[in-house]
Amino acid sequence: MGDLTHQIPERIPIHLVVNGVSHTLDLVPWTTLLDALRDHLTLTGTKKGCDHGQCGACTVLVDGRRINSCMTLAVMKDGAEITTIEGLAKDGALHSLQQAFIDHDAFQCGYCTPGQICSAAGLLAEGRAKDTDEIRELMSGNLCRCGAYPNIVAAIQQAMGQP
Amino acid sequence: MNNFQYARATDVADAIRLLAADPGAKLIAGGTNLIDLMKENVERPSRLIDISRLPLRKVEETPDGSLRIGALVPNSDLAYHPLIEQRYPLLASAILAGASAQLRNMASVGGNLMQRTRCAYFYDTATPCNKRHPGSGCSAVDGLNRNHAILGTSASCIATNPSDMSVALAALDARVHVAGPSSERTIALTDFHRLPGDKPHVDTNLGTGEIITAIELPPLGFAQNYSYLKIRDRMSYAFALVSVAAALELEGNAISGARVALGGVAHKPWRSLEAEAALRGQAATPDHFSHAAELLLQGATARSHNGFKVELARRAIVRTLTQAANATPQSQAHKKIA
Repeated sequence: MGDLTHQIPERIPIHLVVNGVSHTLDLVPWTTLLDALRDHLTLTGTKKGCDHGQCGACTVLVDGRRINSCMTLAVMKDGAEITTIEGLAKDGALHSLQQAFIDHDAFQCGYCTPGQICSAAGLLAEGRAKDTDEIRELMSGNLCRCGAYPNIVAAIQQAMGQP
Repeated sequence: MNNFQYARATDVADAIRLLAADPGAKLIAGGTNLIDLMKENVERPSRLIDISRLPLRKVEETPDGSLRIGALVPNSDLAYHPLIEQRYPLLASAILAGASAQLRNMASVGGNLMQRTRCAYFYDTATPCNKRHPGSGCSAVDGLNRNHAILGTSASCIATNPSDMSVALAALDARVHVAGPSSERTIALTDFHRLPGDKPHVDTNLGTGEIITAIELPPLGFAQNYSYLKIRDRMSYAFALVSVAAALELEGNAISGARVALGGVAHKPWRSLEAEAALRGQAATPDHFSHAAELLLQGATARSHNGFKVELARRAIVRTLTQAANATPQSQAHKKIA
Protein backbone atom coordinates (compact mmCIF):
# COMPACT_ATOMS: atom_id res chain seq x y z
CA MET A 1 0.00 0.00 0.00
CA GLY A 2 1.87 3.05 -1.17
CA ASP A 3 1.24 6.70 -0.65
CA LEU A 4 -0.85 7.06 -3.82
CA THR A 5 -3.40 4.55 -2.56
CA HIS A 6 -4.19 6.92 0.26
CA GLN A 7 -3.96 10.16 -1.68
CA ILE A 8 -7.52 11.21 -1.25
CA PRO A 9 -8.70 13.92 -3.63
CA GLU A 10 -9.41 17.39 -2.37
CA ARG A 11 -13.14 16.77 -1.98
CA ILE A 12 -13.93 13.61 -0.10
CA PRO A 13 -17.27 11.83 -0.24
CA ILE A 14 -18.47 10.95 3.24
CA HIS A 15 -21.56 9.34 4.63
CA LEU A 16 -23.21 10.55 7.83
CA VAL A 17 -26.44 9.48 9.52
CA VAL A 18 -27.71 12.64 11.18
CA ASN A 19 -30.76 12.34 13.41
CA GLY A 20 -31.63 9.08 11.67
CA VAL A 21 -31.37 10.47 8.13
CA SER A 22 -28.58 9.33 5.78
CA HIS A 23 -26.55 11.98 4.00
CA THR A 24 -23.72 11.79 1.50
CA LEU A 25 -21.55 14.90 1.36
CA ASP A 26 -18.52 15.90 -0.71
CA LEU A 27 -16.33 17.86 1.66
CA VAL A 28 -12.89 19.41 1.69
CA PRO A 29 -10.93 17.76 4.51
CA TRP A 30 -10.68 20.90 6.64
CA THR A 31 -14.46 21.10 7.06
CA THR A 32 -15.33 20.64 10.72
CA LEU A 33 -18.28 18.53 11.70
CA LEU A 34 -19.86 21.72 13.05
CA ASP A 35 -19.59 23.48 9.68
CA ALA A 36 -20.82 20.36 7.88
CA LEU A 37 -23.94 20.31 10.05
CA ARG A 38 -24.63 24.03 9.88
CA ASP A 39 -23.51 25.00 6.37
CA HIS A 40 -23.97 21.78 4.38
CA LEU A 41 -27.00 20.24 6.10
CA THR A 42 -28.54 23.54 7.32
CA LEU A 43 -28.94 22.08 10.80
CA THR A 44 -28.25 25.38 12.55
CA GLY A 45 -29.43 24.27 15.98
CA THR A 46 -25.84 23.35 16.82
CA LYS A 47 -24.09 26.62 17.63
CA LYS A 48 -20.64 27.98 16.92
CA GLY A 49 -19.44 29.74 20.05
CA CYS A 50 -15.68 29.94 20.59
CA ASP A 51 -14.81 27.50 17.76
CA HIS A 52 -11.92 26.26 19.95
CA GLY A 53 -13.47 23.57 22.14
CA GLN A 54 -13.67 25.84 25.16
CA CYS A 55 -17.37 26.74 25.39
CA GLY A 56 -19.33 23.59 24.49
CA ALA A 57 -21.98 25.37 22.35
CA CYS A 58 -21.16 22.97 19.48
CA THR A 59 -21.70 19.79 21.51
CA VAL A 60 -23.34 16.94 19.60
CA LEU A 61 -23.53 13.18 20.12
CA VAL A 62 -21.40 11.03 17.81
CA ASP A 63 -22.24 7.33 18.07
CA GLY A 64 -23.90 8.24 21.37
CA ARG A 65 -20.94 10.10 22.91
CA ARG A 66 -20.84 13.84 23.47
CA ILE A 67 -18.04 15.67 21.67
CA ASN A 68 -17.14 19.18 20.50
CA SER A 69 -18.11 19.28 16.81
CA CYS A 70 -15.96 22.39 16.23
CA MET A 71 -12.79 20.39 16.98
CA THR A 72 -13.78 17.42 14.83
CA LEU A 73 -13.06 17.01 11.12
CA ALA A 74 -16.15 15.74 9.33
CA VAL A 75 -14.09 13.37 7.14
CA MET A 76 -12.86 11.60 10.24
CA LYS A 77 -16.47 10.76 11.20
CA ASP A 78 -17.33 9.08 7.88
CA GLY A 79 -19.96 6.44 8.68
CA ALA A 80 -20.87 7.83 12.10
CA GLU A 81 -24.32 8.40 13.59
CA ILE A 82 -24.75 11.99 14.75
CA THR A 83 -27.48 13.32 17.02
CA THR A 84 -28.00 17.08 17.19
CA ILE A 85 -30.50 19.15 19.14
CA GLU A 86 -32.89 18.80 16.17
CA GLY A 87 -32.92 15.02 16.64
CA LEU A 88 -33.81 14.76 20.33
CA ALA A 89 -37.58 15.25 20.13
CA LYS A 90 -39.47 12.11 19.08
CA ASP A 91 -42.90 12.01 17.41
CA GLY A 92 -43.63 15.61 18.33
CA ALA A 93 -42.80 15.09 22.01
CA LEU A 94 -39.92 17.00 23.55
CA HIS A 95 -36.98 15.06 24.98
CA SER A 96 -37.17 14.95 28.78
CA LEU A 97 -34.17 17.31 28.94
CA GLN A 98 -35.82 19.83 26.60
CA GLN A 99 -38.96 19.81 28.76
CA ALA A 100 -36.88 20.08 31.95
CA PHE A 101 -34.98 23.11 30.58
CA ILE A 102 -38.34 24.80 29.91
CA ASP A 103 -39.75 23.79 33.30
CA HIS A 104 -36.74 25.23 35.13
CA ASP A 105 -36.17 28.29 32.89
CA ALA A 106 -32.65 26.96 32.37
CA PHE A 107 -31.57 29.61 29.88
CA GLN A 108 -31.73 33.30 29.15
CA CYS A 109 -30.36 34.13 25.68
CA GLY A 110 -30.47 30.45 24.67
CA TYR A 111 -27.28 30.39 22.61
CA CYS A 112 -25.57 27.76 24.76
CA THR A 113 -28.77 25.72 25.22
CA PRO A 114 -28.49 23.22 22.33
CA GLY A 115 -24.96 22.37 23.48
CA GLN A 116 -26.04 22.20 27.13
CA ILE A 117 -28.89 19.81 26.28
CA CYS A 118 -26.81 17.58 24.00
CA SER A 119 -24.06 17.51 26.62
CA ALA A 120 -26.60 16.64 29.32
CA ALA A 121 -27.93 13.83 27.10
CA GLY A 122 -24.38 12.47 26.95
CA LEU A 123 -24.05 12.89 30.71
CA LEU A 124 -27.22 10.86 31.34
CA ALA A 125 -26.02 8.10 29.01
CA GLU A 126 -22.64 7.96 30.80
CA GLY A 127 -24.36 7.49 34.17
CA ARG A 128 -21.45 8.93 36.14
CA ALA A 129 -23.15 11.92 37.76
CA LYS A 130 -25.10 11.11 40.92
CA ASP A 131 -25.26 14.44 42.78
CA THR A 132 -25.16 18.16 42.02
CA ASP A 133 -21.37 18.42 42.49
CA GLU A 134 -20.88 15.66 39.94
CA ILE A 135 -23.37 17.24 37.51
CA ARG A 136 -21.52 20.56 37.78
CA GLU A 137 -18.11 18.95 37.31
CA LEU A 138 -19.17 16.81 34.35
CA MET A 139 -21.01 19.73 32.71
CA SER A 140 -18.05 22.12 33.09
CA GLY A 141 -17.33 21.88 29.36
CA ASN A 142 -20.49 23.91 28.68
CA LEU A 143 -20.31 27.60 29.51
CA CYS A 144 -23.38 29.79 29.98
CA ARG A 145 -22.48 33.48 29.95
CA CYS A 146 -26.00 34.41 31.11
CA GLY A 147 -25.23 32.42 34.25
CA ALA A 148 -28.21 30.06 34.22
CA TYR A 149 -26.14 27.35 35.89
CA PRO A 150 -28.35 26.72 38.97
CA ASN A 151 -31.38 26.19 36.73
CA ILE A 152 -29.41 24.04 34.29
CA VAL A 153 -28.37 21.77 37.18
CA ALA A 154 -31.99 21.64 38.41
CA ALA A 155 -33.21 20.75 34.92
CA ILE A 156 -30.68 17.95 34.57
CA GLN A 157 -31.66 16.62 38.00
CA GLN A 158 -35.29 16.55 36.90
CA ALA A 159 -34.38 14.62 33.75
CA MET A 160 -32.35 12.20 35.91
CA GLY A 161 -35.53 11.53 37.85
CA GLN A 162 -34.30 13.28 40.98
CA PRO A 163 -36.51 15.77 42.86
CA MET B 1 -6.90 26.53 8.94
CA ASN B 2 -4.48 25.85 6.07
CA ASN B 3 -5.48 23.51 3.26
CA PHE B 4 -4.09 20.01 3.64
CA GLN B 5 -4.25 16.53 2.19
CA TYR B 6 -6.04 13.83 4.14
CA ALA B 7 -5.05 10.19 4.32
CA ARG B 8 -6.54 7.40 6.37
CA ALA B 9 -4.00 4.87 7.62
CA THR B 10 -4.99 1.21 7.34
CA ASP B 11 -2.58 -0.12 9.97
CA VAL B 12 0.41 1.03 12.04
CA ALA B 13 2.92 0.15 9.31
CA ASP B 14 0.85 2.13 6.82
CA ALA B 15 0.81 5.14 9.15
CA ILE B 16 4.59 4.95 9.50
CA ARG B 17 4.99 4.74 5.69
CA LEU B 18 2.66 7.70 5.14
CA LEU B 19 4.53 9.71 7.76
CA ALA B 20 7.89 8.95 6.14
CA ALA B 21 6.58 9.94 2.70
CA ASP B 22 5.75 13.54 3.65
CA PRO B 23 7.93 15.56 6.05
CA GLY B 24 5.08 18.04 6.54
CA ALA B 25 2.57 15.37 7.58
CA LYS B 26 1.13 15.00 11.05
CA LEU B 27 -0.78 12.19 12.70
CA ILE B 28 -4.27 12.94 13.95
CA ALA B 29 -6.36 10.89 16.39
CA GLY B 30 -8.67 12.90 18.69
CA GLY B 31 -7.50 16.17 17.20
CA THR B 32 -8.43 18.19 20.29
CA ASN B 33 -5.11 20.05 20.39
CA LEU B 34 -3.93 19.79 16.78
CA ILE B 35 -7.14 21.19 15.23
CA ASP B 36 -7.02 24.07 17.71
CA LEU B 37 -3.39 24.84 16.79
CA MET B 38 -4.26 24.60 13.09
CA LYS B 39 -7.08 27.12 13.55
CA GLU B 40 -4.51 29.45 15.14
CA ASN B 41 -2.03 28.86 12.29
CA VAL B 42 0.52 27.57 14.80
CA GLU B 43 0.47 24.17 13.11
CA ARG B 44 0.24 24.06 9.30
CA PRO B 45 0.59 20.41 8.27
CA SER B 46 0.69 19.55 4.57
CA ARG B 47 -1.16 16.33 5.28
CA LEU B 48 -3.10 14.79 8.11
CA ILE B 49 -2.77 11.06 8.56
CA ASP B 50 -5.89 9.82 10.28
CA ILE B 51 -4.91 7.04 12.68
CA SER B 52 -8.20 7.08 14.62
CA ARG B 53 -9.38 3.78 13.10
CA LEU B 54 -6.24 1.79 13.89
CA PRO B 55 -6.75 -1.17 16.27
CA LEU B 56 -5.00 0.42 19.27
CA ARG B 57 -7.96 0.61 21.65
CA LYS B 58 -7.36 -2.33 23.99
CA VAL B 59 -6.54 -2.26 27.69
CA GLU B 60 -4.82 -5.58 28.37
CA GLU B 61 -3.17 -7.26 31.32
CA THR B 62 0.22 -8.71 30.44
CA PRO B 63 1.65 -11.95 31.93
CA ASP B 64 3.94 -10.04 34.34
CA GLY B 65 1.00 -8.13 35.84
CA SER B 66 1.54 -4.91 33.90
CA LEU B 67 -1.24 -3.17 32.04
CA ARG B 68 -0.86 -2.29 28.37
CA ILE B 69 -3.04 0.58 27.19
CA GLY B 70 -3.53 1.11 23.45
CA ALA B 71 -2.54 4.57 22.25
CA LEU B 72 -6.03 5.28 20.88
CA VAL B 73 -8.00 4.53 24.04
CA PRO B 74 -10.02 7.70 24.68
CA ASN B 75 -9.10 9.55 27.89
CA SER B 76 -12.61 9.06 29.32
CA ASP B 77 -12.65 5.32 28.59
CA LEU B 78 -9.31 4.95 30.35
CA ALA B 79 -10.36 6.95 33.42
CA TYR B 80 -13.52 4.84 33.79
CA HIS B 81 -11.94 1.48 32.93
CA PRO B 82 -12.49 -0.93 35.84
CA LEU B 83 -8.83 -1.98 35.93
CA ILE B 84 -7.71 1.65 36.08
CA GLU B 85 -10.28 2.55 38.73
CA GLN B 86 -9.26 -0.44 40.86
CA ARG B 87 -5.52 -0.73 40.33
CA TYR B 88 -4.42 2.78 39.25
CA PRO B 89 -6.94 5.24 40.75
CA LEU B 90 -4.23 7.94 40.74
CA LEU B 91 -4.29 7.84 36.94
CA ALA B 92 -8.10 7.88 36.79
CA SER B 93 -8.18 10.90 39.09
CA ALA B 94 -5.56 12.84 37.11
CA ILE B 95 -7.36 12.20 33.81
CA LEU B 96 -10.68 13.37 35.27
CA ALA B 97 -8.98 16.55 36.52
CA GLY B 98 -8.18 17.52 32.94
CA ALA B 99 -10.20 19.13 30.13
CA SER B 100 -13.99 18.57 29.86
CA ALA B 101 -16.16 15.50 29.45
CA GLN B 102 -16.48 16.20 25.71
CA LEU B 103 -12.73 16.60 25.18
CA ARG B 104 -11.95 13.51 27.26
CA ASN B 105 -14.34 11.55 25.01
CA MET B 106 -12.37 12.71 21.97
CA ALA B 107 -8.75 12.83 23.13
CA SER B 108 -6.59 9.72 22.86
CA VAL B 109 -4.00 8.57 25.37
CA GLY B 110 -1.19 8.92 22.82
CA GLY B 111 -2.41 12.34 21.79
CA ASN B 112 -2.52 13.48 25.41
CA LEU B 113 1.24 12.78 25.60
CA MET B 114 1.79 14.80 22.42
CA GLN B 115 -0.26 17.87 23.35
CA ARG B 116 1.66 21.12 23.24
CA THR B 117 2.03 23.90 25.76
CA ARG B 118 -0.79 26.40 26.29
CA CYS B 119 1.72 29.30 26.67
CA ALA B 120 -0.21 32.26 25.23
CA TYR B 121 2.87 33.44 23.30
CA PHE B 122 3.21 30.03 21.64
CA TYR B 123 -0.37 30.47 20.41
CA ASP B 124 0.05 34.12 19.36
CA THR B 125 1.76 34.13 15.96
CA ALA B 126 2.31 37.90 16.23
CA THR B 127 4.89 37.42 19.01
CA PRO B 128 8.34 35.81 19.09
CA CYS B 129 8.45 32.25 20.44
CA ASN B 130 11.39 29.85 20.28
CA LYS B 131 9.07 26.87 20.46
CA ARG B 132 6.97 28.00 17.50
CA HIS B 133 9.73 29.74 15.54
CA PRO B 134 13.19 28.60 16.69
CA GLY B 135 15.61 31.46 17.27
CA SER B 136 12.95 34.18 17.38
CA GLY B 137 13.18 34.67 21.16
CA CYS B 138 10.97 34.02 24.17
CA SER B 139 8.20 36.53 24.83
CA ALA B 140 7.30 34.96 28.16
CA VAL B 141 10.63 35.43 29.95
CA ASP B 142 9.97 39.17 30.30
CA GLY B 143 6.25 39.03 29.54
CA LEU B 144 3.13 37.84 31.32
CA ASN B 145 4.52 34.68 32.84
CA ARG B 146 2.15 33.96 35.72
CA ASN B 147 1.31 30.50 34.33
CA HIS B 148 4.86 29.59 33.44
CA ALA B 149 7.48 27.15 34.67
CA ILE B 150 9.64 27.50 37.78
CA LEU B 151 11.72 24.33 37.36
CA GLY B 152 14.01 23.16 34.57
CA THR B 153 13.56 26.34 32.53
CA SER B 154 16.08 27.82 30.11
CA ALA B 155 16.71 31.28 28.72
CA SER B 156 14.99 30.04 25.55
CA CYS B 157 11.70 28.82 27.03
CA ILE B 158 9.72 28.81 30.27
CA ALA B 159 6.64 26.97 28.95
CA THR B 160 4.92 24.22 30.93
CA ASN B 161 3.59 20.86 29.84
CA PRO B 162 -0.20 21.09 30.23
CA SER B 163 -1.09 17.41 30.72
CA ASP B 164 -2.60 16.05 33.94
CA MET B 165 -2.51 12.46 32.72
CA SER B 166 1.26 12.60 32.17
CA VAL B 167 1.86 13.71 35.76
CA ALA B 168 0.20 10.55 37.09
CA LEU B 169 1.93 8.41 34.45
CA ALA B 170 5.29 9.85 35.55
CA ALA B 171 4.54 8.98 39.19
CA LEU B 172 3.52 5.46 38.18
CA ASP B 173 6.75 4.83 36.19
CA ALA B 174 4.79 4.24 32.97
CA ARG B 175 6.58 3.31 29.76
CA VAL B 176 5.70 4.47 26.26
CA HIS B 177 5.78 1.95 23.42
CA VAL B 178 6.63 3.43 20.05
CA ALA B 179 7.07 2.03 16.55
CA GLY B 180 9.20 3.53 13.79
CA PRO B 181 10.31 2.76 10.25
CA SER B 182 12.95 0.24 11.32
CA SER B 183 12.15 -0.85 14.87
CA GLU B 184 10.02 -0.68 17.97
CA ARG B 185 11.23 0.57 21.35
CA THR B 186 10.00 1.71 24.74
CA ILE B 187 10.72 5.03 26.43
CA ALA B 188 10.26 5.71 30.14
CA LEU B 189 7.51 8.31 30.56
CA THR B 190 9.93 10.41 32.60
CA ASP B 191 12.28 10.45 29.58
CA PHE B 192 9.53 10.95 27.01
CA HIS B 193 9.12 14.71 27.47
CA ARG B 194 12.18 16.99 27.30
CA LEU B 195 13.35 20.04 29.17
CA PRO B 196 13.49 23.03 26.81
CA GLY B 197 17.25 23.72 26.86
CA ASP B 198 18.21 25.47 23.64
CA LYS B 199 15.74 23.39 21.57
CA PRO B 200 12.31 24.21 23.00
CA HIS B 201 10.68 23.44 19.64
CA VAL B 202 11.33 19.76 20.41
CA ASP B 203 8.80 18.71 23.06
CA THR B 204 9.54 15.00 23.27
CA ASN B 205 12.15 12.34 22.55
CA LEU B 206 9.84 10.63 20.07
CA GLY B 207 11.95 10.14 16.95
CA THR B 208 11.11 11.46 13.51
CA GLY B 209 8.67 9.05 11.90
CA GLU B 210 7.81 7.25 15.12
CA ILE B 211 4.28 6.62 16.34
CA ILE B 212 3.09 5.86 19.89
CA THR B 213 1.38 2.47 20.00
CA ALA B 214 0.78 1.89 23.72
CA ILE B 215 1.48 2.95 27.28
CA GLU B 216 2.44 0.34 29.82
CA LEU B 217 1.84 0.58 33.55
CA PRO B 218 3.97 -1.59 35.86
CA PRO B 219 2.11 -3.77 38.39
CA LEU B 220 2.60 -1.42 41.37
CA GLY B 221 -0.42 0.91 41.29
CA PHE B 222 -0.46 2.53 44.78
CA ALA B 223 -4.23 1.97 44.93
CA GLN B 224 -4.37 2.40 48.73
CA ASN B 225 -2.44 5.62 49.34
CA TYR B 226 -2.56 8.13 46.53
CA SER B 227 -3.94 11.55 45.64
CA TYR B 228 -3.98 13.93 42.68
CA LEU B 229 -4.42 17.56 43.71
CA LYS B 230 -4.78 20.20 41.02
CA ILE B 231 -4.71 23.90 41.91
CA ARG B 232 -6.08 26.23 39.23
CA ASP B 233 -7.75 29.60 38.71
CA ARG B 234 -11.25 28.08 38.47
CA MET B 235 -12.50 24.88 40.00
CA SER B 236 -12.96 22.91 36.80
CA TYR B 237 -11.92 22.89 33.17
CA ALA B 238 -8.74 24.93 33.59
CA PHE B 239 -5.05 24.13 33.30
CA ALA B 240 -3.03 23.63 36.46
CA LEU B 241 -1.11 26.39 38.18
CA VAL B 242 0.37 23.55 40.20
CA SER B 243 -0.67 19.92 40.37
CA VAL B 244 0.71 17.08 42.46
CA ALA B 245 0.46 13.32 41.98
CA ALA B 246 1.45 11.56 45.18
CA ALA B 247 1.63 7.83 45.86
CA LEU B 248 2.86 6.08 49.00
CA GLU B 249 3.53 2.57 50.22
CA LEU B 250 3.06 2.47 53.97
CA GLU B 251 3.93 -0.05 56.67
CA GLY B 252 1.96 1.28 59.59
CA ASN B 253 2.90 4.95 59.59
CA ALA B 254 6.31 4.34 58.02
CA ILE B 255 6.89 5.11 54.36
CA SER B 256 8.40 2.20 52.46
CA GLY B 257 7.93 3.71 49.01
CA ALA B 258 7.06 7.15 47.69
CA ARG B 259 6.43 8.79 44.35
CA VAL B 260 5.71 12.46 43.80
CA ALA B 261 5.29 14.15 40.42
CA LEU B 262 4.46 17.79 39.78
CA GLY B 263 2.48 19.37 36.94
CA GLY B 264 2.17 23.00 35.88
CA VAL B 265 5.70 23.84 36.99
CA ALA B 266 7.99 22.55 34.24
CA HIS B 267 8.33 21.59 30.58
CA LYS B 268 7.75 17.97 31.65
CA PRO B 269 6.24 16.15 34.62
CA TRP B 270 8.66 16.90 37.47
CA ARG B 271 10.03 14.22 39.78
CA SER B 272 12.90 14.17 42.23
CA LEU B 273 14.36 10.78 43.06
CA GLU B 274 16.25 12.50 45.90
CA ALA B 275 13.00 13.70 47.46
CA GLU B 276 11.43 10.25 47.11
CA ALA B 277 14.50 8.57 48.65
CA ALA B 278 14.36 11.02 51.55
CA LEU B 279 10.79 9.94 52.32
CA ARG B 280 11.60 6.21 52.43
CA GLY B 281 11.95 4.88 55.95
CA GLN B 282 10.47 8.05 57.48
CA ALA B 283 7.20 8.48 59.32
CA ALA B 284 4.37 9.87 57.19
CA THR B 285 4.30 13.24 58.92
CA PRO B 286 4.03 16.84 57.66
CA ASP B 287 7.63 17.70 58.57
CA HIS B 288 8.95 14.88 56.40
CA PHE B 289 6.56 15.90 53.62
CA SER B 290 7.87 19.47 53.94
CA HIS B 291 11.43 18.27 53.60
CA ALA B 292 10.51 16.31 50.47
CA ALA B 293 8.83 19.44 49.08
CA GLU B 294 12.02 21.44 49.63
CA LEU B 295 14.02 18.81 47.75
CA LEU B 296 11.48 18.72 44.91
CA LEU B 297 11.60 22.50 44.56
CA GLN B 298 15.39 22.82 44.77
CA GLY B 299 16.55 25.22 42.09
CA ALA B 300 13.09 26.70 41.51
CA THR B 301 13.44 30.01 39.67
CA ALA B 302 10.65 32.55 39.71
CA ARG B 303 10.07 35.12 36.97
CA SER B 304 8.24 38.41 37.40
CA HIS B 305 4.72 36.97 37.83
CA ASN B 306 5.02 33.32 38.85
CA GLY B 307 6.88 33.53 42.16
CA PHE B 308 3.72 32.48 43.97
CA LYS B 309 4.04 29.04 42.42
CA VAL B 310 7.02 28.12 44.60
CA GLU B 311 5.11 28.45 47.87
CA LEU B 312 1.91 27.13 46.27
CA ALA B 313 3.77 24.03 45.10
CA ARG B 314 5.39 23.54 48.51
CA ARG B 315 2.03 23.62 50.27
CA ALA B 316 0.33 21.50 47.60
CA ILE B 317 3.02 18.80 47.91
CA VAL B 318 2.57 18.61 51.68
CA ARG B 319 -1.22 18.58 51.33
CA THR B 320 -1.25 15.91 48.63
CA LEU B 321 1.14 13.63 50.52
CA THR B 322 -1.05 14.07 53.61
CA GLN B 323 -4.14 13.10 51.60
CA ALA B 324 -2.27 10.05 50.26
CA ALA B 325 -1.06 8.99 53.71
CA ASN B 326 -4.55 9.36 55.18
CA ALA B 327 -6.11 7.45 52.26
CA THR B 328 -8.37 10.45 51.63
CA PRO B 329 -7.60 11.19 47.98
CA GLN B 330 -8.74 14.47 46.50
CA SER B 331 -12.13 14.11 44.76
CA GLN B 332 -12.24 15.76 41.33
CA ALA B 333 -16.00 16.37 41.65
CA HIS B 334 -16.27 17.45 45.28
CA LYS B 335 -13.97 20.43 45.44
CA LYS B 336 -13.31 20.77 49.14
CA ILE B 337 -9.64 20.04 49.79
CA ALA B 338 -9.36 17.60 52.67
